[in-house]
Amino acid sequence: MAQSIEVRNITLEYPGETGTVLAVDDVSFSVAESEFLCVLGPSGCGKTTILNMLAGFLKPTKGEILIGGKPVGAGQDRGVVFQDFAQLFPWRTARRNVEFGLEMRGVPESERRESSTRFLKLVRLEKFADSFPHQLSGGMQQRVAIARALAYNPAVLLMDEPFAALDAMTRDEMQKQLTEVWQATKKTVVYITHNVAEAVYLADQVLVLAPHPGTVKAELRLDLKRPRDPLSPEFVAAQRDLLGLLQH
Amino acid sequence: MDRVKGFLAQVGWTLLPFLVLAIIWETVARSGMYPPKLFPSLVTVFEALVRLVASGTLWTNTQGTLVRLVLGFALAGVIGVLLGIAMGRYRFVEDVFLPIVSIGYPIPGLAYAPLFVLWFGLGDLPAVLLVGLASSFSVTINTWKGVKAVREVWIRSAQVMGASDRQIFLQVSLPGALPYIFTGLRLGLAQAWRILVAVEMLTAVATGLGWMIFGAQEFLNTDVMLVGVATIGAIGLLLEKQVFARLEAYTVVRWGMMRA
Repeated sequence: MAQSIEVRNITLEYPGETGTVLAVDDVSFSVAESEFLCVLGPSGCGKTTILNMLAGFLKPTKGEILIGGKPVGAGQDRGVVFQDFAQLFPWRTARRNVEFGLEMRGVPESERRESSTRFLKLVRLEKFADSFPHQLSGGMQQRVAIARALAYNPAVLLMDEPFAALDAMTRDEMQKQLTEVWQATKKTVVYITHNVAEAVYLADQVLVLAPHPGTVKAELRLDLKRPRDPLSPEFVAAQRDLLGLLQH
Repeated sequence: MDRVKGFLAQVGWTLLPFLVLAIIWETVARSGMYPPKLFPSLVTVFEALVRLVASGTLWTNTQGTLVRLVLGFALAGVIGVLLGIAMGRYRFVEDVFLPIVSIGYPIPGLAYAPLFVLWFGLGDLPAVLLVGLASSFSVTINTWKGVKAVREVWIRSAQVMGASDRQIFLQVSLPGALPYIFTGLRLGLAQAWRILVAVEMLTAVATGLGWMIFGAQEFLNTDVMLVGVATIGAIGLLLEKQVFARLEAYTVVRWGMMRA
């Protein structure tokens, strides 16, 4: 199950020390079902604010957000993965973290187990099902967080720079695995990043933002075939295009 | 073999300071600086211990104290944890109780002990109530702080996974606040001990370690007093190692939320 996302003219203002601060100004975009969108921009461009609005943590001052044609509500229609490794519940094992969403919905244990096994396998952590988060490395914790966000079968997956705090080698491996997970689950993904190469590796569509206030600068479609090779001329060319868009 | 050696070394190092202390004590006691009645030798104290154990006096008094301690501390634990949680969760509860708790916290429990004796008479009831009240403040304050300190990212994760307010509270806030709750209970227990021993001297309970120490003073039985003091220390250590350390090892330490 996947759903489209429709963002129409959202604006977010909040009261600051010297009057109202405009964090996001009239941003619109749409993501088709099962499409992978990267939101790319420097710090201060409101990327995380946009994600927080998609997740329902913040309400836009103006404009509307539709997931599968319906306004963002309290239901389990979206999964969120944060940048912070500490997002997992330390008192639950990896498996019980993954089962959290299902448990909240009252799904029986046998069914939960089946689901957590499947998603832990998908992120290649079935051997660590009974480990507590503090026993896992940062990359493993983020993979558990991805499994957790997928296990209750949300229509869309929202990710806020989930690999930004990882070392470069681990990050490359994570990106590869995320692509596989995405291809296997066919979720609609919105992925926040400030890393150009990451956007080119992952995205079908890249939304380039400009800062102060956050506005859409450009949109770029990437049709490179997958799995993508970061050393291929097309990949490098796409990176050059994106960098050009960021700088102008 | 190495493990046995390591264990023995550890025991040796733990015992060493006590041994040094015992030697100093014994030297002073035998030097004749003070009358033996006031500063007894450790041999005399040990004989008193054997006598008190054999006659059952020590156990009767320990039992009396433990029952009051457990009842009073249970009262403080239940009230403190529930109130602290309510204060952390509901704004209006916080507004109502925070000033009261903040004022009550620094007042030594012994200050209102005489009042409790007037209200509830002598005996067990005022002792248990006093222990409960005096030790509930640190449990309340720490639990409240713990609920407030629960990570925002846990709450958000739970929200987005469809958890209701009640589920978030039970499944996230409570376990998230556990390290603070343990700290509060530990401090509370230490306070419960302090107030209890003093209160036993005040409220004329039938049996109790505080009462035993106080009564022994009348007859200059310093050996009995020292046995009482040592027993209190031993029980405190036992509670720390066997109850708190184990509870923590099984929960917050195992979860990596606190280091052993």
